Amino acid sequence: MISVKNLKKSFGGVEVLRGINYEIEKGDVLCIIGPSGSGKSTFLRCLNLLEKPDSGSVCLDGVELTDRKVNINAQRMKMGMVFQQFNLFPHMTVMENLCCAPMMLKKVSREDAEAKAMSLLERVGLADRANAYPGQLSGGQKQRIAIVRALCMEPEVMLFDEPTSALDPEMVGEVLDVMKELAHEGMTMIVVTHEMGFAREVGKRVVFMDEGIIMEENSPEELFNNPQCERLKSFLSKVL
Amino acid sequence: MTAWFEKLNETFIETGYYELIIEGLKNTIIITLGALMIGVVIGMLIAVVKYFADDAPALKPLAWLCDVYVTVIRGIPVVVLLLIFYFIVMASADGITVAILTFGINSGAYMAELMRSGINAVDKGQMEAGRSLGMSKLQATRKIILPQALRYILPAIGNELIALLKETAVAGYVAVVDLTRAGNLVRNNTYDAVNPLMCVAIIYLALVVLLSQLLKVVEGRLNKK
Repeated sequence: MISVKNLKKSFGGVEVLRGINYEIEKGDVLCIIGPSGSGKSTFLRCLNLLEKPDSGSVCLDGVELTDRKVNINAQRMKMGMVFQQFNLFPHMTVMENLCCAPMMLKKVSREDAEAKAMSLLERVGLADRANAYPGQLSGGQKQRIAIVRALCMEPEVMLFDEPTSALDPEMVGEVLDVMKELAHEGMTMIVVTHEMGFAREVGKRVVFMDEGIIMEENSPEELFNNPQCERLKSFLSKVL
Repeated sequence: MTAWFEKLNETFIETGYYELIIEGLKNTIIITLGALMIGVVIGMLIAVVKYFADDAPALKPLAWLCDVYVTVIRGIPVVVLLLIFYFIVMASADGITVAILTFGINSGAYMAELMRSGINAVDKGQMEAGRSLGMSKLQATRKIILPQALRYILPAIGNELIALLKETAVAGYVAVVDLTRAGNLVRNNTYDAVNPLMCVAIIYLALVVLLSQLLKVVEGRLNKK
């Protein structure tokens, strides 16, 4: 589904990604772990071209995203993204946050967009906050709304950039629950995370990144129970 | 006290000069509002061009031109600009038109900067969120960035309006009877310096206080959202 070939990216002379190759299949739940500064977030942001790769290619369903002729906006509609800082639109109500993109970009009628948004809100238990403004919500609620906002575009794959890192500890669970449910429904997900428990339990594949490359890749059981490279062993000894 | 009222009567009413003051006030307001509108339009155009030039190389020359405009205008006293426009650029136009255009063009340079900083004050994650949903930069700017930038821009425009109102006091240089010039003419013709000048000062002060209060109300509304 997503095919990444020899992806490279530098910021001001510092090579953050030094050649990433990876294939993501439909239905995969890929968790990316690694120390900060290892390039995990940059890798994720290169997948929908929020960061422009210096070289290499990212293909989504056979469409080369780095090709200048490709309409990146149309491709991004297929890739939902959830940010660490939520990035809800503070000047819109929850409902407006959810409906603005489908109505603007997919020409969905207001009734249809709101009906869809409402059913998703009910599933994450926030139907009663439809008319609230983001400023009136807790962090956990904001992030659940952000997930729903991405889902309202009916994406084929969801990208999560450390979705629980900015949350108070007691709110992490409610967000992870929503993500778990999404994974069980078969959504293709790529999750940059520090939640090892989540990676182990929900991830189908886990990637360990360090120094801008994929150091190790495996099923969660193997990767956590039987790490091969030294960097991963020392990383796991610190975080587990 | 009665003596003072008599003096006021003599200076403004008997002579009919109060009409001159009203005429001046009218012109000051026309020039200020006209210039404000021109300034807002120019400022918006420049801010938008510069904003989109960041990732549209085709706009780079235009953005450079905008930079030149801002630098030149901000580097020249507005009185000098006014004289240049009146005696050189638009030598046959009447004073009020020249004043509106000059103050508008001058104000546009400042507006551009304050609009740009308003847009930049919106968190970068907002644009990323919009783009990640599939919006173009233009769509995300219109729907997400500008409504939020307005919260920073509107109060700044209000301050610019207040500055503009006082700046127009030099319009007299190009034969416009604005409030200041009207007051000065009355002083000249009645040999009473105190009352005409105080009267003008009080009118300016009242206008500024009024505008500041209005601005506070607008700001309060914006913050409530």
